[in-house]
Amino acid sequence: MLELDGENVVTADPDIGYLHTGIEKSCEHKTYSQAITLTDRMDYLNPLGNNLVYCLAVEKLLGLEIPKRAQYIRVMMVELQRISSHLVWLGTHALDMGAMSVMLYCFREREEILKIFERFAGQRMMTSYIRIGGLALDPPAGWREMVKRFIDIMPARVDEYEELLTNNRIWQARLKGVGYLPPETLIGLSTTGPGLRAAGIAFDNRKAFPYSSYEEFDFNVPTRTESDCFARYLIRVQEIRESVKIVRQAIDKITEHGLIKAEMPGVIPPQREKMKTEMEALIYHFKIFTEGFSPPPGEVYQAVESPRGELGCFIASDGSPKPLRVHFRGPSFVNLQALPFMVKGQLIADTVASIGTIDIVLGEVDR
Amino acid sequence: MSELANANAHAVVERLRAWNSEAVSQVVEHRGETTIVVPHKLLRAAARQCKEDPELNFNMLTDVTCVDRFPTEPRYELNYQLLSIPRLLRIRLRTAVSGEQPVADSLMPLWPGANWMEREVFDLFGIRFEGHTDLRRILLPDDFQGAPLRRDYPTEGPR
Repeated sequence: MLELDGENVVTADPDIGYLHTGIEKSCEHKTYSQAITLTDRMDYLNPLGNNLVYCLAVEKLLGLEIPKRAQYIRVMMVELQRISSHLVWLGTHALDMGAMSVMLYCFREREEILKIFERFAGQRMMTSYIRIGGLALDPPAGWREMVKRFIDIMPARVDEYEELLTNNRIWQARLKGVGYLPPETLIGLSTTGPGLRAAGIAFDNRKAFPYSSYEEFDFNVPTRTESDCFARYLIRVQEIRESVKIVRQAIDKITEHGLIKAEMPGVIPPQREKMKTEMEALIYHFKIFTEGFSPPPGEVYQAVESPRGELGCFIASDGSPKPLRVHFRGPSFVNLQALPFMVKGQLIADTVASIGTIDIVLGEVDR
Repeated sequence: MSELANANAHAVVERLRAWNSEAVSQVVEHRGETTIVVPHKLLRAAARQCKEDPELNFNMLTDVTCVDRFPTEPRYELNYQLLSIPRLLRIRLRTAVSGEQPVADSLMPLWPGANWMEREVFDLFGIRFEGHTDLRRILLPDDFQGAPLRRDYPTEGPR
């Protein structure tokens, strides 16, 4: 809702909630592993990242250590997801700004990533591939070549987008100096992610509080100081390049054979082969899928760096098979608060640019 | 990593106790995370101390959420996740809120970012925040009755 003075914005009041589906309430009435499929549906451009934060939080609650191989595969998948999310952002944002062709190129590359996900998880978008204790499936035959082929073409494709946009005078005119906020204001408004890094603050959960073995990967956290829409654009493009680097390292780290989930009888489903030969394994399997498992009482908060910023998951357990409370701190929800401050006094057309570079996914804003 | 974080968190507790001997009513350690329970009436003052004391320097409020422990009393627990970007440290402040009078001090004067997070808690739990300048429903329609994330609110069927 905008209050205008001619073409200038006086106040802005985002009216949200139209996609509210009560995911947090539903989680309280499902066992811990059943709730994974709900997490996919919050930030639908980052379903693997949502799976990851939820599973990391439950694993923290259980005090569970995950095999290295599964951790590296998780890293590879969420970085591919980051690339695909930034591609959708870039394509749709360029479309909003009136540049149609960029969208066609971005979605062409995103399609390749979705094909990779389909091979890994059997699903293109709502993968539910990351599970409590590890992963749903072993990587498919030929995955290495498939991911490598994509990673090899990607840097040249990013150059292509940059050629279309970065020095484009219309693009610069629409974004430079638009949506500026000083870093202190952004911190006060709890903004995280590319928006904060475009203001010169190099805060990234992957570096600050490494999870899933991110400390073993070599990558940079790009920052800018202009804090306008153009800086946010440059940060995201740079992040695609950094993610490509991480994926390449992950491919080398993932061994051909090895464990994809931790062993914890009664919590993690046993291996298929064991169920056919061992009575206990069969009993555990039955119990896990009928009544679930009960983590000890207590609360945990786990944060990961989603493409949009800090994605947090707070879980309170009361020692029963269903969580007492699950809360997701969606970066889109929190970052959207900055919009009224960004657009105040700006032209109405620049509001579109500002909304775009906050990069909101309404499924996550409303949950 | 978590031992260092715990040592740093204990320094925070000591610092808060030195500021006001009643500021910390309980310290909960779970899975390497530290929760500092503060009395209801000292919530905003303790949060201000965490933010403004240069040795604590928790400059960002990352999350506000509520847990309903119905039917025990006081039934609500408000959890505030604080983050210090310069020190790379997280801490959780918690305070109890009674079911008969679900009111707490707003942290909006300290962090404008508390605005929507507290509106969300108000919307879904029905807890009022004193000092919040714009306390309206945020996710649910304005004419909605009830607070759906309360434990005594049914998931399906008649309400």
